[in-house]
Amino acid sequence: MKKVKYRHSTSRLLLLSVAFFISFSVLGIAQEEASQDAAAEGQEQTDESSGESSGDSAATSDLGDPANGKSLFNSLCAACHKPYSASIGPALHGVTEKRDMDWLYSWIKNSQELIASGDNEAVAIYEEYNQTAMPAFPQLSNTDIDDILAYVEQPKPEPQATQTGGESAGGESSGGGVSVNVILGILLFVLVMLLAVLFLVNKTLRNFATASGVVIPEKPKRKPIWKSFVENQFLVLVSAVFGLLVIGWFAYGFFMQIGIDQGYQPIQPIHYSHRIHAGDNEIDCKYCHSSARTSKHSGIPSLNVCMNCHKTISEVAPETATEDYSKEFYDGEIAKLYDAVGWNPAEQDYTGEEKPVKWVRIHNLPDFAYFNHSQHVTVGGIQCQKCHGPIQEMEVVYQDAPLTMGWCINCHRETNVRMEGNEYYEKIHEELSKKYGVEELTVAQMGGLECAKCHY
Amino acid sequence: MSSNKKYWKSVEELNENSSVVETLQQKEFAEEIPVDEFLGDKNSLESSKTSRRDFLKYVGFSTAAASLAACEGPVIKSIPYVVQPERIVPGVANYYASTIADGFDFASVLVKTREGRPIKIENNELSKSKGGVNSRVHASVLSMYDANRVKRPMIEGRNVSWEEFDREVGSALDNVSGDMILLTQTFASPSTTKLINEFSEKYPNVRHVVYDTVSENDALNAFQSKFGRRALPNYDFSKAETIVSVGADFLGDWQGGGYDAGYAKGRVPKNGKMSRHVQFESNMSLTGANADKRYPVTPSQQKAVLAALYGYVAGGSSTSDLPAKIDDAVVKAARQLRKAGSGAVVVSGIPDANAQALVLEINEALGSAVMDTDNPRMIRQGNAEEVMQAVEDMKSGSVGAVLMAGVNPAYSLPNGKEFAEALAKVEVSLAFSMKPDETAQLCKFVAATPHYLESWGDIQYTASDFSLMQPTIRPLFDTRQFQDCLLKWTGNDKSYHEYIKETWSGSIPSWNTALHDGVFKATSPVEIGASEASGSINVATAASELARPSENNGMELTLYTKPSMGDGQQANNPWLQEMPDPLTRASWDNYLTISKADAESMGLENENVSNGGLNGSYANVTLDGAVVKNVPVLIQPGQAKGTVGLALGYGKKEGIQEEMQVGVNAYPLYKNLNAVQSVTIEKAPGVHEFACVQLHNTLMGRGDIIKETTLEVFNTKDVHVWNSVPEVSLDHIEKPVTSPEVDMWDGFDRSVGHHFNLSIDLNACTGCGACVIACHAENNVPVVGKTEVRRSRDMHWLRIDRYYSSEDNFIDDLEKKETISGLGSSLSEFGELEEPADNPMVVFQPVMCQHCNHAPCETVCPVAATSHGRQGQNQMIYNRCVGTRYCANNCPYKVRRFNWFNYTENEEFDYHMNNDLGRMVINPDVTVRSRGVMEKCSMCIQKTQKTILDAKREGRVIEDGEFQTACSAACDKGAMTFGDINNEGAVIRDKKEDDRMYHLLEYVGTKPNVMYQTKIRNTTEA
Repeated sequence: MKKVKYRHSTSRLLLLSVAFFISFSVLGIAQEEASQDAAAEGQEQTDESSGESSGDSAATSDLGDPANGKSLFNSLCAACHKPYSASIGPALHGVTEKRDMDWLYSWIKNSQELIASGDNEAVAIYEEYNQTAMPAFPQLSNTDIDDILAYVEQPKPEPQATQTGGESAGGESSGGGVSVNVILGILLFVLVMLLAVLFLVNKTLRNFATASGVVIPEKPKRKPIWKSFVENQFLVLVSAVFGLLVIGWFAYGFFMQIGIDQGYQPIQPIHYSHRIHAGDNEIDCKYCHSSARTSKHSGIPSLNVCMNCHKTISEVAPETATEDYSKEFYDGEIAKLYDAVGWNPAEQDYTGEEKPVKWVRIHNLPDFAYFNHSQHVTVGGIQCQKCHGPIQEMEVVYQDAPLTMGWCINCHRETNVRMEGNEYYEKIHEELSKKYGVEELTVAQMGGLECAKCHY
Repeated sequence: MSSNKKYWKSVEELNENSSVVETLQQKEFAEEIPVDEFLGDKNSLESSKTSRRDFLKYVGFSTAAASLAACEGPVIKSIPYVVQPERIVPGVANYYASTIADGFDFASVLVKTREGRPIKIENNELSKSKGGVNSRVHASVLSMYDANRVKRPMIEGRNVSWEEFDREVGSALDNVSGDMILLTQTFASPSTTKLINEFSEKYPNVRHVVYDTVSENDALNAFQSKFGRRALPNYDFSKAETIVSVGADFLGDWQGGGYDAGYAKGRVPKNGKMSRHVQFESNMSLTGANADKRYPVTPSQQKAVLAALYGYVAGGSSTSDLPAKIDDAVVKAARQLRKAGSGAVVVSGIPDANAQALVLEINEALGSAVMDTDNPRMIRQGNAEEVMQAVEDMKSGSVGAVLMAGVNPAYSLPNGKEFAEALAKVEVSLAFSMKPDETAQLCKFVAATPHYLESWGDIQYTASDFSLMQPTIRPLFDTRQFQDCLLKWTGNDKSYHEYIKETWSGSIPSWNTALHDGVFKATSPVEIGASEASGSINVATAASELARPSENNGMELTLYTKPSMGDGQQANNPWLQEMPDPLTRASWDNYLTISKADAESMGLENENVSNGGLNGSYANVTLDGAVVKNVPVLIQPGQAKGTVGLALGYGKKEGIQEEMQVGVNAYPLYKNLNAVQSVTIEKAPGVHEFACVQLHNTLMGRGDIIKETTLEVFNTKDVHVWNSVPEVSLDHIEKPVTSPEVDMWDGFDRSVGHHFNLSIDLNACTGCGACVIACHAENNVPVVGKTEVRRSRDMHWLRIDRYYSSEDNFIDDLEKKETISGLGSSLSEFGELEEPADNPMVVFQPVMCQHCNHAPCETVCPVAATSHGRQGQNQMIYNRCVGTRYCANNCPYKVRRFNWFNYTENEEFDYHMNNDLGRMVINPDVTVRSRGVMEKCSMCIQKTQKTILDAKREGRVIEDGEFQTACSAACDKGAMTFGDINNEGAVIRDKKEDDRMYHLLEYVGTKPNVMYQTKIRNTTEA
């Protein structure tokens, strides 16, 4: 009877401990989420505070509405100007101190006119910036210009503000971690205590038993289980077969995964984040991978394509930074690009010293397989994500698909060919839909499973 | 019962006292194996750091490490452009029009580049005056990626910078005493001519001597004498109705070549008419092989033939001293010429100014519209007399400097040794050279020049046809072209590119259009080759001089150039070396061609040995004391008795890889740059091993391989007479093999989608082999080398079979075969059929995978590595192939090729695929095959797929003519037509419906997608 009770108690104990573990771990996760929320709140707070401070400065500078100014600045000026550093045009912060307001109005509305009128200041600035003409903005009213100037005249937000925010958030989250650890520690202690109590109880009971003269029956010596197993030839055979099957299964699995690099995520020479570009900024894949439209290669963009935007974007916005990658890190990566392409951000010109980037190729098809991007992208109209996975969420790109022949073939079996509006397909669509009695034709029905469509 | 016989293994055993027998009985090896020597020495074993155990440990460890390392995939780096050129899209080919002008081959070409590197040469369809994109031009792209090129300028074998080179050469040229000889190839370039004139102004002692390695001196002299211009008449053979050629290989390299496309146009019967071609020649040439009637005559007889022809056509004479049979032929030829009127033309390759003058006279008398003397060819300018004079002057010491560009006289002059000695006397010797060749080795200064695909240039083909050369890649090495050097040394700071633009600035409407098209019509801003009409050749006496029998003793040698090797400039090009000669089907060699009768009388032999190779005797060829030793001898059916032939361009030794140093140099026999010489021949000891790709020479009356008939039969008889579909018996009733009821296969519906067919017109095919090289370049076909070719392991996806007739023509062969009955007659007469006739008829047949709809190869593959596509292509999947070679066994056409070895990155096959430079020519769209897999013609599926994809992307219907294979695109003769038979209105449909159409071995029932057009010969005697 005791035996039964004893066993019962062990299983209960196990169950209990599992229940404990689950409940606590859930608790821990919830805590982490909470801490993230807290961090986000912190972020918001800093935003608010900066908003407030800007409101303050607006009040003091009495120029105009910086909020309206910000939107105007971003839509009209940001291509060439930055508030606090030189770009294609000069830095605008402090311009109201340097220049007369009327001069600014006429310059912004039509700078060429001002230069043509022979204004000394205007000509000087025109010469200084390599005679790059600033477009005229006749649509801006003086109030609009006031707003813009109000925005650019805001004092530079102290980077510490965000940093402290980040730190405080980090502190909170680390605090949360400690508390989880404490709870887990306590739990462990309780478990150990329970075990000790059980052992003691068992020992005491045995002592009682010996004291009260109860004889605990000796277990009869049985034949060891391995011996009886060995003697049973049927069992040996079955388990041998089973064992071989298991080994075969794993061996097959091992051999089949050779050369398949699903999940391959190498470290690239420049940490280029598809999350920021394709995800946050929603840049079309084919803007950079333009040859995917016309060529078999999607093409790794040449660095001059990067410079189309990065000529003016030399640093990321503070909100781009994540927990894993700080703003400084991203700015450093942009600096790597400048180094490779030979761009001097201070002088705003190319040094001519080019250092081609050796990217690590992620998606590698064997040489004997022919794949054409344009066939799939332009003709088939297939989204890049279909094969490349959620690329817009990838901070570091990995190989999402297995890129095996079976994977290709499956898709060719299931996918219908996009034929509408393509004159090429008219005749064959008519013939094949009659032949197969269907309106929509799969790639396979078009002959897309033939060996030499991909192997030649 | 035991036998007491004594068995013995060698005679030695019978000698009881022999010590050898004793030794061998006691010991396994007759000699002591020196085990003790390397194991007995305790000291050395102990002092060695690696004990046996250590050794095993190392082996074990390295094996384990190697297998572990193999588990990890390689890291592949990808390096994009920093600034991508606007027009380059990775993966998309760009095409540029350019021009080859290497002094021997002149042709406007289209260069296919991928990612900025040229990978293939194609025909420029815009070029009207086709210079002939022959096999050498197709192969020229590989010559650029030649690892043996001169990579930077050199002074006395020392690498220098161009600055230093300019400085040194400048001071050397300023201090030259005596003449300065500028010895160059024919540039045929207005800008270069202008530049050389400017150079001559700066250095007044300059003498410009133009040297054609293979000379057309006599034709040039004759033309100059009559028309006052150093040029060659231009011929349009598409207009010709009757062509009489006396020793002119005008389908080869005669007078600059490129006449084959026009010729082929006239050879396809249209409205029951085709041209008639009569050939008198000594060597069996490509032209003679294509002729309707060919007469083997010796070179001295050729002169008489021409004189007689002149007499009959123009001179009013009616007799000749020729043997009756030949005289009869000349009379007939003359009659046909007169009948053809303006469609008649006579051409001659006799290296004699009188003969060439007569040709001009005859054609004028005939009123030939084929010959055009108003718009003559400018692509040969060489002057043999001036070249010989220059060598004399050098010997005499009156020459202070020699500058050579595009020529290799130390190799190619008949008196090359003399030239080398004379060059040593010259103070300043400079070679503009791409290769460290024989001449460059002797020169003090070597200016590294770029390949034509890295250069600028303008070329004048004819008086009014021009073309431009533009670079398609940045120079691979530190090179500078000849013209840029001259510009520098004349103190002109322009580049040659700007200089050409300036030359043409007033003469053409748009430079960009001209550059884009590659060709344009204009009048030259600079006069080339102008001179007074000297009239130095007296036509009246010319005929009688020619007719005079020349006394000669010994054999008459005619030197010729092969379609593959030409003058030998591209001898380091493995594609060309491996390309079989169209007639002898031998690769990697030149040889003395000799008639069977002469060979027998001299004891010269050819035999096929057990491994399938052809062996031949050697002969020594002597000309005035100059001996060319150990020339392999090949018995050539059709060779005129008393004559021999030998190809130029072989036997190069300098600046060329060892594997490519094949053949013998025939230039020492090219006395006075005259291709016909009287030589003595004697047998030399030894046996030469040829690498022939075809051993069986005759057709044996197998009319199902090549169908041939005469124009008369073609015009008058029913198609069943001359091109009947074979029949098979079904229930004792004969049924055509094409009818479905006798087919043992289930057919598929082939009317949906594209279905590709290729038609090969045996009338238009001249056998030139341009398609073979185009296929090589397009499909990354490996080069296997001479020994492998000899073992019949050549890898050509496309071969051009050549068959001789055993009787006078193939139709007689067929009759003879049909009439064989009984064992006795079959034993003797089949044997006779194996022997080609003394003057056989020749036919060429390109054979590649026939892409059978009922393919025998597909059914025997155990792994389904070869299967049929819906588009009609028989697909070969390399990654699936396990190399059983069942398919090759089962192929009735023998077109499958097996990779016996890894031909890439293998030191044993040290050709272009074994070095980084040579591999740049590889087509990235076609897999490079590895060892142990079968390969064969894919019908250029990469090209058809590309055409389809382009149409899909642009959303349009594919026009007829868009589909091309490499071979059909390369064939400027129009012998190959490729297309989609499901496309209504496609030319290929007409070809399939044509009466001449037949399939190879149709009775097998394979239903091929490649078809042939019956060969028609115009046997009409006027």
